[in-house]
Amino acid sequence: MSFLLTDALLNPQSVRTLDNTELNQLLSQARNARLLAALGLRLADSGVLESLPYAVSRHWTSGVVIHEKQRRDLHFECEKILEVLAPLGEKLVLLKGAAYILGNLPAGRGRLVTDIDIITPITSLVRVEAGLKQAGWSGSPMSDYDEHYYRKWGHEIPPLTNKARGTTLDVHHNILPPTSDAHVDASILWENLLEIRAGVYTLSHQDIVIHSATHLFHEGEFHHGLRDLWDLDRMLRDFPRHDDDFWHSLVSRAQSLGLNGSLYHALNYSGQVFNTPIPKEVFKSAETPSRRLRKPIMDFLFKRAFTPDPIQSRIPFRDLALFALYIRSHYLRMPLYLLLPHLIRKAWRKRIDTDHSGLRTGKETG
Amino acid sequence: MAILSQLSRDEFSTRLSVDGLPLKVGPYIYRVRSKLPTVEEGIRALYNDFEIATDGDFIDYDIALQQKGLRQHIHRQLEFLFDGTTPFNLIPLGQAYAFLEWGMNWCVSIHANEYLKLHAAAVARNDSAIILPGVPGAGKSTLCAALGLSGWRVLSDEHALIEPASGHIVPLCRPVSLKNESIGVIKSFSRDACFGPVSEETHKGRVAHMKADLHSQSHQRQPLSTTALVFPRYSPDDPQGLNKRRRTDSFLLAAYHSFNYSLLGDTGFNVMKNLVDQVECFDLIYRDIDWAVDAMNTLVEGRHGA
Repeated sequence: MSFLLTDALLNPQSVRTLDNTELNQLLSQARNARLLAALGLRLADSGVLESLPYAVSRHWTSGVVIHEKQRRDLHFECEKILEVLAPLGEKLVLLKGAAYILGNLPAGRGRLVTDIDIITPITSLVRVEAGLKQAGWSGSPMSDYDEHYYRKWGHEIPPLTNKARGTTLDVHHNILPPTSDAHVDASILWENLLEIRAGVYTLSHQDIVIHSATHLFHEGEFHHGLRDLWDLDRMLRDFPRHDDDFWHSLVSRAQSLGLNGSLYHALNYSGQVFNTPIPKEVFKSAETPSRRLRKPIMDFLFKRAFTPDPIQSRIPFRDLALFALYIRSHYLRMPLYLLLPHLIRKAWRKRIDTDHSGLRTGKETG
Repeated sequence: MAILSQLSRDEFSTRLSVDGLPLKVGPYIYRVRSKLPTVEEGIRALYNDFEIATDGDFIDYDIALQQKGLRQHIHRQLEFLFDGTTPFNLIPLGQAYAFLEWGMNWCVSIHANEYLKLHAAAVARNDSAIILPGVPGAGKSTLCAALGLSGWRVLSDEHALIEPASGHIVPLCRPVSLKNESIGVIKSFSRDACFGPVSEETHKGRVAHMKADLHSQSHQRQPLSTTALVFPRYSPDDPQGLNKRRRTDSFLLAAYHSFNYSLLGDTGFNVMKNLVDQVECFDLIYRDIDWAVDAMNTLVEGRHGA
């Protein structure tokens, strides 16, 4: 599986030989996959960006500008959150994009974020939330049903927004909902935290990979699917260099968290899409007979999810595949007796909302 | 170099509806594709003197307006495509042309960060540029259109692009968007005003675009130095006046009216500072458009305050 964008990310020098039509295709793939800044920095680091005509390179530098702004903001927000958590005696544990960027991981190079994700022990959740609310973070108005859904079935509290700065904070107490099939014991995540600076932590390298995989393969929508897979590729290439034991115990760590299935998919698709070098025995140990049996159909579905628009929209059975993955994600998240009423309710709400919504609101802001 | 008006009617329609028409607009190339008669009519009326890019040129913004499927036809709606994907909800058919122009603005607002972008109109006379920042409804487009019809060169109606290295403004001349009463004001200001299709009942009311590349240098691409920042404000009640204002709060106001001032960080601050340091700043409060054009003429002829 390969297209201009994956070729360019893996081998930036290949961009030198592209003509304008191909450069245009590359640009729109990168924009749609939210990998414009990541590719921009890859091109800059390898000296390719400066060799492109200005009319072309400026699109990538414009993307990098957005990443750099987000990085500055993250440093600032991190400071502000620490001011709340430190007096409470709580560690600030960053997840996802914020962790990659502030942890200076290769996956954070050019990474764009939409919000800041942190995790706190469930026993501290009430005081952490109260502290943040006192410091100017507040929940947005939401229906009683949504609020109830978050509190009862979620692994995070409803998103908090900073009144002054408009930034969004997701406070998690677990990496998967309590209703999901995996029943993750979040307390063991605290065993191996990495301190990136005084009071600020990320999960361990292995746990970052497992969380990233879990997040991606339990997700129902794949707008950022390829980007998330690129995160995994960067991590799977980088972490073994710093940690000899990384591969050795990765699969058993995933097993103890009950997240082996997601790790298997991560290894499989990172390898298929980005040629990530994964030791054979590691892959074998993550594989089970039933996973091997289901692999062709899963490959069929995920191939569509990991293809960037605008090519994605031209692959046959794309809508069907994406719908199947959407259903799958909900099925993984909660048992059917909870899922069916929830989906019906969501569909109904969506209908009402579309009927009443004003036009011309962008589906996604830049 | 081919100009749009050199295409035959058939060739124009075919290119617009099939592959898309690559238009050179300021520092960018937009490829516009649509089969809608109103888009064809609008492009014909407003972009007739624009240069067409050559096949194989790099396209900055690939956009299309299309009506697809039975559902969109029944509901009289259409979709805006950027890079082959749909960033917006469906658009009522009657707003097609206004939406095309907004979509073209959106491309620059969202994607371009090689310049400091001020939310402002910009005009020039004798190679000296004046930037007119203002909130929507302040009357900047009306003033910009009237100046364009009075021998001034329109540099932009929406984005004043400031090049960081030189501090100069990069021309991005496109049609001027006029709303509601402004349309009548400009029609009675000059009979020469040429308008594209009118879009009714948009979120901004009635909208029409005026052809703005009326100056012999409209399509030149050299950046220009700026001599003044003028903050226009239409007011039927306040006394008219062109009054000097302080640089410090002009800086803040212009930064507030910028699309990417904070995004650019240090660069944004430095570019804005250099710009404000080199210009004079004014408030222009007007109710009579002829008076406002005269005031701008006085300003550039150096008679102001004399």
